[in-house]
Amino acid sequence: MSGDMNGIWVFAEQRGGELHEVSLELLGKARELADEAGKKVTAILLGHDIRSLSQLLLNHGADSVLVGDDPRLKTYRLIPYARVMASLVHTYDPEILLMGATYMGVELAPRVAAKVRTGLSAHCIDLRLGEKGQLLQVVPGWGGGVIATIACPDHRPQMATVMPGIMKALSAIEREDTVKEIEIDLPEKGLGPEVLEVKREKPDQLPLEKAEVVVAGGWGIGSQEDWKMIESLAELFGGSVGATRPPVDEGWAEEGQMIGQSGKTVRPKLYIGIGISGVMHHVVGMDQSEHIITINSDPDAEIFDTSDVIVVEDFRKVVPKLIDEIRARLKK
Amino acid sequence: MERIIVCLKPVPDPKQWDEVSMDPETQTLIREGIASVINPLDKHAIEAALSIQGVLGGEVVLLSMAPPSAASTLREGLAMGADRAVLLSDRMFAGSDTLATAHVLAAGCRWLGDNDLIICGNMSIDGSTAQVGSQLAELLDLPNIMHVIDLDLGEDGSMVVTRKIEHGFARLRGALPLVISVRKELNKPRYTSFTGILAAESKEIKVLSNEDLKISPEVIGIDGSPTKMAGIELRRFERAREKLDGSVDEIVESLAGRIYQYGII
Repeated sequence: MSGDMNGIWVFAEQRGGELHEVSLELLGKARELADEAGKKVTAILLGHDIRSLSQLLLNHGADSVLVGDDPRLKTYRLIPYARVMASLVHTYDPEILLMGATYMGVELAPRVAAKVRTGLSAHCIDLRLGEKGQLLQVVPGWGGGVIATIACPDHRPQMATVMPGIMKALSAIEREDTVKEIEIDLPEKGLGPEVLEVKREKPDQLPLEKAEVVVAGGWGIGSQEDWKMIESLAELFGGSVGATRPPVDEGWAEEGQMIGQSGKTVRPKLYIGIGISGVMHHVVGMDQSEHIITINSDPDAEIFDTSDVIVVEDFRKVVPKLIDEIRARLKK
Repeated sequence: MERIIVCLKPVPDPKQWDEVSMDPETQTLIREGIASVINPLDKHAIEAALSIQGVLGGEVVLLSMAPPSAASTLREGLAMGADRAVLLSDRMFAGSDTLATAHVLAAGCRWLGDNDLIICGNMSIDGSTAQVGSQLAELLDLPNIMHVIDLDLGEDGSMVVTRKIEHGFARLRGALPLVISVRKELNKPRYTSFTGILAAESKEIKVLSNEDLKISPEVIGIDGSPTKMAGIELRRFERAREKLDGSVDEIVESLAGRIYQYGII
């Protein structure tokens, strides 16, 4: 049995019984890599009372699920999670282990990699197979202006974290496969910090990574009042509002709306960038969008290099009229 | 509190990143003439250490793995108020990936002795892996917490930490010793005063090589790093760049037309 579970692993991240989207996205990529390499995909699911999630993982591309269900794993704690992951790796010896570059994954993956003394690459934007089953991990560096390909030739598993929103989840197919419960063996003490409180709020807009249309604003918007124009335009499309760093610093937008190297990566059908200069830090978070329209009064704005359609004009003149025009067309 | 270590990474000044080019022959980046600065988040780590020191005493030590030239960057951290610095510098360390770097920093921590708290910036602005903090903690067999946005020290030697999670936060209580990685929301780094700069001139920067640390060559440097660079390229963004001309009304008409063509409306 374990012979089928030493292929490509995906850490299925859940909080409060809710699966993080990136887990399904990673399964999609893992499935593609596994089919190419003739390997199996195994999802690792840790928590408490979470067995029902295994079906979802199977339906989205896993051949098997290893479930660690234990009250001590109910709320994420780094030390117990890292111990369990490392002992699973030792037992099954997987080729590849993929995790989401989420708040949890960014903390957990390096700890696991250090425990099993293997290599880990961070925030991958692409994964490919190279010679001899090597996982080629494509990562941005230097604010995204440089793309490096990383390999881990002599250590296993080959570990990588991937930003949410980059890989595509497969559409669900009802499948029956293996779900295997694992024994959780943890000591009484030495499990690190205890969790006192977890507070999560439902975001009030569609997650940026999921929006079909993203309207993003930059420093050029100039004021909280004009920022409302950005929000109105996004609302018209049922889209989400994104931002560069300055609007977040100014308080016009929330931290979670930031697009770029230190924020979200978006690949919407349409990205509209307004008053954005186009520094590399932002561009790497949006350059994979299907269509890119940008509006900036500065004819030399760098963002134009990454645009399909360019408008050199004061957005205060263009956007209100565009809102009216779109509204009129929607009414037809 | 006996000792707080702040891990500090000198990074190429982000203001000059546009000047980076690549040597097509060697596939390496040419970064000559680009100044080094303290990784921005590490300043928040220094600030956290100094404010804890203000309450509980102890010494604040800066720890860095970098070439000897990084002494001037460490001097900036000393000018903020840290007491002394340890620079881990050896050709054998060159090319270390995050795990190998963590091995070197862990050896530096052990060389210093018993440490109550080790503070890192959550990620570096150049590599942006955010991996070294967790790996350092694992190698020292200490617990760690990342994404820290608030912290309180209890008198019983415990620490209550608020960390970011998706759409919210979690509060944790941990006993010292502990490794934490901090985000910029935690605090506002103090400005360096003129007296601070003067005082930094006489503070000690101890340089240690692997003769002092005696780390197995098998876990450090390019050869000891499990990850290997398989290729590197400058990223290029190519798009149609079609400029819409005409009056505002014509531009708006044309924009709406495109958005319709894309199937959005």
